[in-house]
This record gives sequence, C-alpha cells and structure tokens, in this order.
Amino acid sequence: MPRNSPAYIVLFSAIVCAVCSLFVASSATFLKERQVRNALLDKQTKVLMLAGLIEEKSGKSAEEIEAVFDARINTRIVKLETGEYDTEGVIADPAGYDQLKASKDPAWSVAGGDNIAGLKSIPNYAKVYLVNGDDGNLELLVLPVEGKGLWSTLYGFVALRADFDTVHGLTFYKHLETPGLGGEVDNPRWRAKWADRKVFDENFDPVIRVIKGPADPPDEAPFEVDGLSGATITSNGVTYLMQFWLGEDGFGPYLAKLRSEGGAS
Amino acid sequence: MAVMGKEERKLVLDPFFNNNPIALQVLGICSALAVTTQLKPSFVMAVALTLVTGFSSLFVSFIRNYIPNSVRIIVQMTIIASLVIIVDQVLKAYLYSISTTMSVYVGLIITNCIVMGRAEAYAMQNGPVRSFLDGIGNGLGYSLILMGTASIRELLGSGKLFGYPVLTLTSEGGWYVQNGLMLISPGAFFIIGFFIWGIRVWKPEQVEEA
Repeated sequence: MPRNSPAYIVLFSAIVCAVCSLFVASSATFLKERQVRNALLDKQTKVLMLAGLIEEKSGKSAEEIEAVFDARINTRIVKLETGEYDTEGVIADPAGYDQLKASKDPAWSVAGGDNIAGLKSIPNYAKVYLVNGDDGNLELLVLPVEGKGLWSTLYGFVALRADFDTVHGLTFYKHLETPGLGGEVDNPRWRAKWADRKVFDENFDPVIRVIKGPADPPDEAPFEVDGLSGATITSNGVTYLMQFWLGEDGFGPYLAKLRSEGGAS
Repeated sequence: MAVMGKEERKLVLDPFFNNNPIALQVLGICSALAVTTQLKPSFVMAVALTLVTGFSSLFVSFIRNYIPNSVRIIVQMTIIASLVIIVDQVLKAYLYSISTTMSVYVGLIITNCIVMGRAEAYAMQNGPVRSFLDGIGNGLGYSLILMGTASIRELLGSGKLFGYPVLTLTSEGGWYVQNGLMLISPGAFFIIGFFIWGIRVWKPEQVEEA
C-alpha cells in the first residue's frame, strides 16, 4: 500500500489511536485505586489539620491518619434545604459520599442560579464532619466550602467552634490561583488570621469578609480578615464563598437547627 | 559515559548552552513563565517535560518511516498527548500533593513547543536512540533555564528556596521585603531575558544578525 494513499493514512491513524488509547486507558485504570485513596486521604488530612488533631507535615502514614480520623471524626450527611441530617439513609455510605460529584449530577443537585459564590449547581446533600473532643462532646464543626476565585474554583473546609459562630480555621485543598498571590490562601500565616473571627451578625446573617489591607485583631474587628495583597479577586472570592455557604442557601438552615438544639448532635 | 560516542554526548550536552531550547530556539517560553514562581513545581515540570520529550522523540522515531506525511503532525500530537496523560496519572497516584498544583501545567506540556519541535525537527529524520538522547538533552536544557529562573524568582519573590526560608520576610517578622515582580509572569520575562543576554555575550556566535 503506498504511504500516501488514503487507505493507508486511515489505517495508520487508526492503529496509532488504538495503541495510544490502550496505554492511556490502562494507566488510568491501574492507577485509579491509588488516586482515589490519595484524594480521600488528602481530604481527611486537611480536616484533621484544620481541627488541630495532626501537625502540618507530620509525616504520619496513611493508616495512622485513617485511625485518628475514625477515632475523632463523625462524618454526617446534611440535607441543605432543610438542615436536617440524612436520617433516612438516602446516602447509604456517608464516608464514601462524594459531594463534588453529586453537585455535578442534576439528579442530586439544583442549579446555582445567581449565587455570589459563582457556583453552577448546588448539591442537595452536603457532607459535614463533627469533631469530638476527648470528652466526647462536639468540639468543632467542619463544613465544606467552594467558590470561584480568579482562575479557578477554590475548594476547602471551614471549621466552626461549638457556638457555631466563631471560626476555628479555614483551609483550601484544591485551587489553581496564582502562586505567591492568590495562591497565598494556602499560607498558614494568612489562614491563622481566621481563628477567633465571628461569622454572624445579630440577625444570623453571615457578614464575615476579607477586606483590603490588614484587619484589626479579632476582638476589635470580629467580622474582618486581612486581604491578600495583589489578589483582590481571590480575596473577594473567599468572602463570597464563606457568605454563601454559611448563609441561607448553604448551611444556614443546618446551623440554625444546631443553634436551637444547643449543640447536641 | 562509555556507552556514548562523541556524537551522542553532543546530542545531550549541546542543548545546555550551545543550542538551548529556551535561550537560542526560544521555545517553551509559556510554561517557563507560568511555573517558575517556585522551585518545587518547576522541578516536577522539568522532570515531566524531559521524560515526555525523550519518550515522544523515541516513539516518533520508531515509526518515522511509516508515518504518512500528510498526518505526521497529528500523529506526533497523539503520541505526545498520550504520554502527557500518563505522566499526569502517575503524578496523581504517587505525588498527589504536587499534582494538585501541577495538573494544569502538566496538561500544558502537550502544547509545549519543545516537545513537538524536537519530534518534528529531529526524531522524524533520525534513529530512535539518538532521538531519545536529543529529547532528553533538550528537556535538560529547558530544565536548566527553568530551575535557574525559579531559584531567582523564589528567592527574591518569597525569600525561600525549595520552600525553605532563606530570607525572612517582613510579613513573618524579618527584614526582607518581597519583590512582587518576581511573583508575576513578567518577572520571568526579565530573568529569561538576562539569561539569553548572558549566554549570547559568552557565545557571540548565537547572536542573530540585525
């Protein structure tokens, strides 16, 4: 067959494609289990670090992290609309529930409309982590948050203390903001500035926000957090995602329920 | 390097200074601007690109006599894209924390002109071993500039090297005021410009005629 005849070209291309796709497909299949485990472990690590149960770069093995996680953390599913726990077991396996996947599935989510966090859709059910203290009482509540920054969607967790108003910490486990500018949302020093800030005003509207420039200490400016210099859009994105997820369309109903129950879970 | 003849050694070493893909060929600038704010992602990018360039040249060279001329670019792209996806999958499985920040750039290796440039300019005419060495050499030449740029940017921009604090920043109670220019892409333009200037002063034969 001559090398420039159409039949040869089609045949050749088909063979190249078949061989390449074989390699791509097998690498994806063989590595999938490891990747899924990594992603889950990464999230568990972030939740534990946020709760202060393990140190940053502790070098703990996967098994140790899983053990601490199982001992101290109670994973629950919340129906966002009502704020109730999923007691009917709609989500059969809370630990394995993938909220991000659900938020992309029309059957498990609602369209985002004009929300301030820039989300295309909002999941019906959210996964929350209850962190128990040594005495078994609820110590921290870790909620997933997400929202648009400058280049990317920021995915993270916010930890609230048992008064459901004071921030314990904030962390992002996935984003693609500019390193050194918006990427500084990862900076431990900036994240530390969130501790002890308050979320809600007297009407229980979330008013916590990232301002431009430095903010006063928490007791003087409870609702304000230092802006990231050179990253106004990322800073605003963080404000919006916090206000959205802690507001009426996010965890508002759930938090209201927790407040009225006085923290019993 | 006993197994390598003079010619082979030249293939690997020439792209360092004599025929550097960034400094002389001015290829692959886009990723050199994007990832070089810190050394760690630059290092991963450098390793990934070197491997992809080496192996894509190898595979393209293997089938070079069978590739129909009219679809050769697409065939090269298919091979490069497959390799890049495999690199991305391996990173996700074994270097998860790095892959979360690198995924977007690793995907961009597909569009890195060096990879296709070497496949098209060298591997289509030469044997597999030489093509592989040429790919590795060019990857290393790229890595050299990338690491050089990244060390300057990370040091001046964040006062760190490989994430370890070297200069204490004022924001952390030290004396060093970070240089914001180094954190944004134009900073890399200046540094790479200086590199190109430096190499051309050292090797005047690289200067193009005005």
